[in-house]
Amino acid sequence: MEIIVSITVGLLVAIGIWMLLDRGLLRVVLGIVVLGNGVNLAVFSAGRLDGRAAAFVTEAGAPALAANPLPQALVLTAIVIGFALFVFALAVLKRSWELHGNVETDRITAVAEEPAPDLPAPAQSVTPTSGVAAAPQAAGASPAPGVLPATPAAAKATRHGAAAGGQA
Amino acid sequence: MNTLIVSPLLIPLATLVATLLARRSPRAVTALSLAGALALAAAGLVLVGLAAQGQILAAQAGGWAAPYGITLVIDRLSAAMVAITGIVGSATIVFAMARDEDPARCRDFHPLVHGLLVGVCGAFITGDVFNLYVWFEVLLVGSFALLVLGGGKRRLSGTVVYVVLNLVATMMFLLAAGMLYGASGSLNMALLAQAFAAGEVPATAHAAVVLMLTAFSIKAALFPVFGWLPASYHVAWTPVSALFAGLLTKVGVYALIRLVTLFWPDAGVAHEVLLWVACATMLIGVLGAAAQVEVRRILSFHIVSQVGYMILGLALATPLALAGAVFYLIHHIVVKANLFFIGGIAARLTGSERLAAMGGLYARAPWLAVLFAIPALSLAGIPPLSGFWAKFVLVKASLDASAWIAAGVALLTGIFTLLSMSKIWNEAFLKPHPAGRAGERSAAGMRPAVWAVSALAVMTVAIGLGAGPVMDYAIAAAEQLGAPAGYIAAVTGTGGR
Repeated sequence: MEIIVSITVGLLVAIGIWMLLDRGLLRVVLGIVVLGNGVNLAVFSAGRLDGRAAAFVTEAGAPALAANPLPQALVLTAIVIGFALFVFALAVLKRSWELHGNVETDRITAVAEEPAPDLPAPAQSVTPTSGVAAAPQAAGASPAPGVLPATPAAAKATRHGAAAGGQA
Repeated sequence: MNTLIVSPLLIPLATLVATLLARRSPRAVTALSLAGALALAAAGLVLVGLAAQGQILAAQAGGWAAPYGITLVIDRLSAAMVAITGIVGSATIVFAMARDEDPARCRDFHPLVHGLLVGVCGAFITGDVFNLYVWFEVLLVGSFALLVLGGGKRRLSGTVVYVVLNLVATMMFLLAAGMLYGASGSLNMALLAQAFAAGEVPATAHAAVVLMLTAFSIKAALFPVFGWLPASYHVAWTPVSALFAGLLTKVGVYALIRLVTLFWPDAGVAHEVLLWVACATMLIGVLGAAAQVEVRRILSFHIVSQVGYMILGLALATPLALAGAVFYLIHHIVVKANLFFIGGIAARLTGSERLAAMGGLYARAPWLAVLFAIPALSLAGIPPLSGFWAKFVLVKASLDASAWIAAGVALLTGIFTLLSMSKIWNEAFLKPHPAGRAGERSAAGMRPAVWAVSALAVMTVAIGLGAGPVMDYAIAAAEQLGAPAGYIAAVTGTGGR
C-alpha cells in the first residue's frame, strides 16, 4: 500500500512540476493543483495507511488497527485552504485572459517588468483645482469620504461618493 | 491573561468583521479600521511590557494540555513583532486616508488589511507547526487580494508571479509539516524542540526541517529564491506595497529564527549554509538594486539585501548576533515601510516613480527631503540612526565569531546601500524636474500621508537615540531564543491554565 502511494505521490509531484514549467498560465495553475494533491497525499500517508478500525480511543486504549487520525484532519484543512487558493488563482487566470488576450507566462512577467506608468497628466489632475482650495479644510476635518474615488468594482461607491460630496 | 494572549488575533479579526458590517459608510469603515489597528498596537505594547519582565506567556486552545491543544506562545520576540505589526498597520491605514486617484483606494482595502494582520500576528504567536502553516495561508489570502486590488494589467501580472511562487513555497511547507509529524509524532514546537534536543528524532525529521527552512527562505526572499519579490511588490498600491515591504518577508524571517533556534540551537551545518546564503543575499540584493531605475524597484531589492543581515545574525548563532538580528527586524520594518510611503508621496508630487521623470523635490518640498533622509540614512547605517546600531552589533558579532568575510560583506553592502539611496536623492530630490514646473502635481489631500511618514520617522530617530533600552530588550530576547528550555517549560508547564 505504502509503495503504491509513494509512487503515486512521486508521479503527481513530477507531473505538477512539469506543468508548472509550462509556458501557458492555464497549465501552471492546473500544475499547482496536481502538485497540491501530491503533497496532500504525502501528508495523508504520514498517519499510516492500513487503518482498519475507527480511531476511537476507549477506556481500553487506542485500537491497534486504527490509523492516526491527525494527518487526516491536517489534510482536510489543507484541501479546504488549497481549494480557496485555487479559486483565486482561477479568477486571476480568467482576468489575465481578458486583459492580455493570451496567457503566456513570459508575456505576463514582461508586463510586470515594464516601466512604471506615469500618473495622469497635470491637465487631468488639475481638474480638481477646486479641490486644492478646499483641501486644507477637507484634509483637516476628515480626508476620507469626499475623495473616495468611484471604483470600477463597485458602482455603489460612486453613489456614496456623490452623496458625501453633496453633503460637503 | 488568556484574553491578552489571544488579543493579537481577536482585535484584527473583530475589526475585519466590523469593517465589513459598516461597509455602507466609508467614513465609519476608515474610523473602525484605524481604531482596530491602534488597538492592536496598544495590545502589542502591553505584551511587550509583560514580556520585558522575562515572562513567557503561553496558552492552550480549549484548555487541552500541550500535545493536544494548539499552543499560543508569546515571548519577547513575538511580543515585539506583534507591537511593530500594529504600529506599521496603523501607519498604513493613516497613509491610505490621503487622497489618491488609485482605484485600490476603496472600502475593500480595510477588511483585507485586517485579514492580513490576523495572519501575520497568528504566525508570530503560534507554537504549533501546522498552525503556523494555517496562519501563513491566512496572510497569503489577504495579501493576494490586496496586491491585485485596483486591477489593471500590470498589477494582475505582478500578482500572477506572486501567487504562483508563494503557493509553491506553501506546499513545500505543508509537505515538511506532514513529514515532521510522521517522523516525530508531534507538531507542537516546544515538544519537537525537546525531542530534537534529546536526539529522539529520526533523520527524516531533520530532512523535514531542511525542507521547511527552504520554504521559509522563499517566503523571506533569500538568495537564490528571491526573484518573486522584486517582480511583484512594485505593482501594488503604495500603502499595500509599504505594508508588504514592512511585514511579509519578515514573517518568513521570524519563522526561520524561531525554528532554527528551537530545533538546532547549536551551530552546525545549517548555520554554515545560512551564513553563506546571508552573505550572498546581502550582496546580490544590493547589486540588483543598483541596476534599477524606479524608486519602488530599488527599494524592493533592498528588502532582499536587508533580509540578509537578519539571517547573518541567525547564522552566527551567538547571543550578540541573535540580538542584532532581533534589533534589525524591529528597525527594518519601520524604516522599510516608511521608505515605500515616502516613495509614494514623491511619486504623487512628481507624477512618476521612474527616477528619470522625477525631480525638483528638494526645492519644492524640503520637508519631504528631511523625511526621506531619516529612513534612507538609517537604512544605510549612518549614526546615530537606528540602522547604525543594528549593523554595528551584527558586524561586531561577525568579528567576534571570526567570520571575516561576513563582516566585510555587511560593511560593503552598507556602502552600496548608501550609493543607492544617494541615487534616489540625486534624481528625485536634487535634479530639477525634467518637465519643469509643468511636471509638478498638487499636494492636496496628502496630509494624512505626511502624518504617517512623520510618525515612523520619529520612531526611527527614537530607536536610534534611545538605542540602549531597545538593545537591552533585543539582547534579552536573544537570551530567550538561545535557551529554548524556558520556552519549552512555559508550554509544557502551563498545561490547561
